[in-house]
Amino acid sequence: MNAPATAAALVAKDFKSDYKPVWCPGCGDYSVLAAITKALAILGLRPENVAVVSGIGCSSRIPAYTTCYGFHGVHGRALPVATGLKAARPDLTVLVASGDGDGYSIGGNHFLHACRRNVDLTYIVMDNHVYGMTKGQPSPTTEPDWSSKLAPGGTGLREFHPLVIALASGASFVARAFSGDPNGCAQMIAEAVRHPGFSFIEVLSPCVTFRPEQRAWKDAVHAAPVAATDDAARAARRIMTDDGFNLGVLFKGKRAPYQPASGGTQAVAELEAGFRLGSL
Amino acid sequence: MDTYADFMARAYAMELEATERYAQFADQLDTHNNREVAQMFRKLAGVEALHAKRILEEMNWPSMPALPPAFAWETAEGPETAPFDAMHYLMQPFHALEIALKCELQAQKYFEDIAATKAPAAVRKAATEMADEEREHVRLIRDWLKRVPQPKPGWDEDPDPPSVTE
Repeated sequence: MNAPATAAALVAKDFKSDYKPVWCPGCGDYSVLAAITKALAILGLRPENVAVVSGIGCSSRIPAYTTCYGFHGVHGRALPVATGLKAARPDLTVLVASGDGDGYSIGGNHFLHACRRNVDLTYIVMDNHVYGMTKGQPSPTTEPDWSSKLAPGGTGLREFHPLVIALASGASFVARAFSGDPNGCAQMIAEAVRHPGFSFIEVLSPCVTFRPEQRAWKDAVHAAPVAATDDAARAARRIMTDDGFNLGVLFKGKRAPYQPASGGTQAVAELEAGFRLGSL
Repeated sequence: MDTYADFMARAYAMELEATERYAQFADQLDTHNNREVAQMFRKLAGVEALHAKRILEEMNWPSMPALPPAFAWETAEGPETAPFDAMHYLMQPFHALEIALKCELQAQKYFEDIAATKAPAAVRKAATEMADEEREHVRLIRDWLKRVPQPKPGWDEDPDPPSVTE
């Protein structure tokens, strides 16, 4: 090996901003941030060619921690913003960061339609089965019997199953990763970005403050025993019957992504003219 | 492991990854106002950075070599990289040293394993030397652990925990 050989190549650190994350020490989201920056370096992208869009929640802080373009949007609305951005700027690589509260509850409807549209986005949902930022309310993926001060005795409601919903709604790439394996997670994000269409990665990312028992996830996760399939029916059977800790790409379809024929060609001045009172 | 340069690039990547992780831990604890342990992680990051620098000097590499891909490790991350979930906002210097000890032991084993392979003689020689160095680090950290107070039971109990609902 001759050194130095890759002077111009960017490394993960080049995608990290100077803002220090304020997550709790031990939080899985640190790993996901590391995985995203590693994936971008692996893909050979440049920060100015990538946009990271988010909603609200602990995980949605991610755009500020990267050197890419970022949009920290409103609760549950990351996907519509990202869809609009990708429609207008198909040249950009668009990543969307969310959590189980933001993405599956208030943003649940957008999730279904983003899968259905199959726009070329990579949707990374950090799932910790709790609303961490607002102090521990049960989220759509919380177990029915998880008892807390805010939900004594548990909600009694069955969990939302994001991977099944994604598959049934038309997502063309469905995967599960674990924050405790940042390199594996980075590899999966890179694969998801390369995949044309809507790629959904559910990342199990423990909340050590409100769900300290999730530290045990590292012993529960395991590689999916079978390779990715492009057969949705087979993938559905696998996902419906797995234990929730299968890691890997579980479905990789071939449906062509949706991209509007014409991108955003209007100049800002033209757009502004349309909103001028005198023009009505 | 093909060549001596490959091996050294890998060793460099390992030290660099460990440096960055300790620095991240220091930042985390600074943010959470645990200055004492933040400082300790900063110190550990400095030590690892020195090791990385020494590899560059030894190899006469003016800057970072072409690093092996991050997934090249046999483990989830580099053998000397502490996992993110090892952290707690109330942790004490003893805990930081426990983390460092575990990482040094992993690094020592990593180099010992390479030294025991059928890799080229230069690689095996370098791996043996590095395993010896890591062994020395293990000894130093064990000594250091004796000099810091052992955490009392209930060290992680917070009278005003962040998880309390108002």
